Amino acid sequence: MSATVDTHGHDDHDVHHHKETFITKYIFSQDHKMIAKQYLITGVIIMGIIGILMSLMIRMQIAWPEQPNVIFEALLGKWAPDGVMDADIYLALVTIHGTLMVFFVLTAGLSGTFSNLLIPLQIGARDMASGFLNMISYWLFFVSCVVMIASFFVEFGPAAAGWTIYPPLSALPMAQPGSGAGMTLWLVSMAIFIASSLLGSLNYVVTVLNLRTKGMSMVRLPLTIWAFFITAVIGIISFPVLLSAALLLIMDRSFGTSFFLSDIFIQGEVLHYQGGSPVLFEHLFWFLGHPEVYIVLLPALGITSEIIATNSRKPIFGYRAMILSILAIAFLSTIVWGHHMFISGMNPFLGSVFTFTTLLIAIPSAVKAFNYITTLWKGNLQMNPAMLFSIGLVSTFITGGLTGIILGDSALDINVHDTYFVVAHFHLVMGISALYGVFAGIYHWFPRMFGRMMNKNLGYLHFWVTAIGAYGVFFPMHFIGMAGLPRRYYTNSNFPLFDDTIDTQVVITTFALLAGAVQLVFLYNFIYSIFYGKKAPQNPWRSNTLEWTAPVEHMHGNWPGAIPQVYRWPYDYSKPGHDEDFVPQNVPMKEGEKELHH
Amino acid sequence: MTPLLTIIIVLFVAVAIWQLVKIFDLAQAGSENSPIATDKDNRINGYLMMGFLIFIYVITILCFYYLGDLPLMSNSASEHGPGLDSLMGISMVIIFIVQIVTQFLLHYFAFKYKGEKGKKAVFYADNNKLEAIWTGIPVIVLAGLIMYGLFTWNDIMNVDMEDDPMVVELYAQQFNWKARYGGEDNVLGKANVRLIDLDRANILGVAEDDPNAQDDVIVTELHLPVGKPVLFKMRSQDVLHSAYMPHFRAQMNCVPGMVTQFGFTPTITTEEMRQNPDIIEKVQNINSIRRDKQAEIEEAGQELIYEFDYLLLCNKICGKSHYNMQMKIIVETQEEFDAWMAEQQTFANSLN
Repeated sequence: MSATVDTHGHDDHDVHHHKETFITKYIFSQDHKMIAKQYLITGVIIMGIIGILMSLMIRMQIAWPEQPNVIFEALLGKWAPDGVMDADIYLALVTIHGTLMVFFVLTAGLSGTFSNLLIPLQIGARDMASGFLNMISYWLFFVSCVVMIASFFVEFGPAAAGWTIYPPLSALPMAQPGSGAGMTLWLVSMAIFIASSLLGSLNYVVTVLNLRTKGMSMVRLPLTIWAFFITAVIGIISFPVLLSAALLLIMDRSFGTSFFLSDIFIQGEVLHYQGGSPVLFEHLFWFLGHPEVYIVLLPALGITSEIIATNSRKPIFGYRAMILSILAIAFLSTIVWGHHMFISGMNPFLGSVFTFTTLLIAIPSAVKAFNYITTLWKGNLQMNPAMLFSIGLVSTFITGGLTGIILGDSALDINVHDTYFVVAHFHLVMGISALYGVFAGIYHWFPRMFGRMMNKNLGYLHFWVTAIGAYGVFFPMHFIGMAGLPRRYYTNSNFPLFDDTIDTQVVITTFALLAGAVQLVFLYNFIYSIFYGKKAPQNPWRSNTLEWTAPVEHMHGNWPGAIPQVYRWPYDYSKPGHDEDFVPQNVPMKEGEKELHH
Repeated sequence: MTPLLTIIIVLFVAVAIWQLVKIFDLAQAGSENSPIATDKDNRINGYLMMGFLIFIYVITILCFYYLGDLPLMSNSASEHGPGLDSLMGISMVIIFIVQIVTQFLLHYFAFKYKGEKGKKAVFYADNNKLEAIWTGIPVIVLAGLIMYGLFTWNDIMNVDMEDDPMVVELYAQQFNWKARYGGEDNVLGKANVRLIDLDRANILGVAEDDPNAQDDVIVTELHLPVGKPVLFKMRSQDVLHSAYMPHFRAQMNCVPGMVTQFGFTPTITTEEMRQNPDIIEKVQNINSIRRDKQAEIEEAGQELIYEFDYLLLCNKICGKSHYNMQMKIIVETQEEFDAWMAEQQTFANSLN
């Protein structure tokens, strides 16, 4: 079944080792572990800080609309004259916050860090299939970050048409200032980003299919690898469609074509566009946009599966059902995009079809949630910070996922579409859940990445305050959504109808500031531990997977000797007949021992 | 000056956190100082899990107590509204029950099975019967919800022309709404943005030579007769907008280059709605909030006292003033409507 390629043995590996210079080790590195760290620092840490700062500014504007604020004045400069945030920059913040969080932090940051780190280490490979493409993938990502951030420094500000950049708003510079140079940079940045993402994804798929060590059949892969693998496949299928949408939009904007535009009269003149349709753009965008939700979520679920099993000292419940539900979610995710468009003017019959396919996703999702809960049952739970974030993920995944039943129903969506109800739903189910996945992954694999341990107590403080903040922000938000309050409003003060929601907005912002502040504790813990953390033991969490058999110190090729061979699935925790409560994958079967999960 | 102040504040916060960290480190010094969870950590965090479960329940109760009027589920003002509200109600009850139960199981297990040294977990890898149960139950529940939802959806979206609905065009532009009635013949004249002629005050691009267009009526405040089906035809001249009428459970995007539609029948006049006890309470509450902020509101040039009105809001991001793109909707008796309509200028008469 499994192909084993071990051409890169011990002897020639030593030869490579001597040639490393500072530049090849830290900057243009082709080593997957270093690239993972690069993604972690750029994607998760730096872009995450910027994205969270933006969200806090958005929240402060909503709670105290049009009030002067020193933070606005300091950070936004000319866009906050006298400290009062400008309405255009409000929309720009909303747009770039969404873009950074969805694409840069939770797609590139999450997959880039953990797929890169874990795929070779957990399947038993020396490195990615192509270290060179991997390096190119990271540096393209870096360029796309620079271009996106650069858009804050052009004259009329960054893109401001929402992260979905629907034309004509995004196509016409006269419709809003952000649709000038800012939008051009957004599109260029995303085109580069997609190239980076595709190179990364292809590498992950090829590596998982070809470079598994001896004995590592597909049904012995840790669920992390299954999640990363399927995520990469979804990315390869759907990202090119966004690239085509971006290219066509560039054509409409700069070369006078009419793919998405027709019959437009703006600022006193009729434009020449004829025959295109913005609804076509919506289809192309959401053909990526919806699978994107799972590109963000699946790796987090994979990480959670691994961490919950390890820390429960129990096999993950329903290993095969978990794989099947990942496959089912991946398949369904590509045929549900229309649920973002029920009221776009699309044929109502299509709405019925998309309602049907959308609500089906609740089934594999329910299977996953119940399997996590059953994994905890009669376990021996080790409450490490990573475990707390994983349990937290299951909690927000349930809370956020359930409201999807309302939003996925075309009839009910008429009502709540584009209200705060939607904001609450997707932030919980993919934003917070995926962020928890990132945090869980960092706490769990930090010893593997940096050879040191993070401070546990700071981790507890970080989790509990974040958890309270997350529910405090997004739970009440459902209710102001059910008052009919539209999202993306700079202020609600022009609607006395919504005056009774303002107290809730202040409460929400207070929770947001609290949750934002406690991320500084994480940041401190992260940086401090890299340099001064306690030295990590070889296998601190007593885990079964192969990455804990490799030496901690940096070395190209992962294992000094031969690659370990695999004899069992990764979830033999507390297996009867063994003294220890874990049996690593590279431990041969005892005589007469059965693979119980089959 | 202020940027300097900000930097100082940030510095202070950083110092405070650093101090906090020191305290944590000191607190740790006495214990065994392991970076991996000990039995004590498992116990404390297990109890915190139960505490967090209570937090989730409390925040749920508080939200229902303070924000439980849920305007999108109560007091609908259109014929299809109550059906939609009961579908919403059923969905809400289902997800509420599932939420309460699953969150309990998750956090309770996290508490109950907190780890202890020397304890061994139960090796329990699979059970097809259980998997079948929690695949089967969602299938059945969802099948019901999907059927119910689809019937409701089809009911709303299929406009029956035999009911002879009044045809009204909703016309969106950055950042206001116009409405155009078909006039005596109830037929809208042809229109295209290429026909807009600002000098002749033909702002919607209505075909001046179309006989059906002559009696069209263009207004900035939407009036609807109660009990009469309306069919809205949406148009936009510049970017995407969305015509959102939450009280009528109605919404449809306005797309440049195409005409979209949505139909409903208003059932409660504005006057009647103002007499509704729920609405009276809501308005009183809003007005007491507004009186507290009197100075601000008067400075902004708004009326202090709020009176209930139906509204049409823009609900698709459309540019700088998206947050203030609205039109008042007045539902009135047929007689009042006819009297109002008689005062309006026809398209033919409105041209310069």
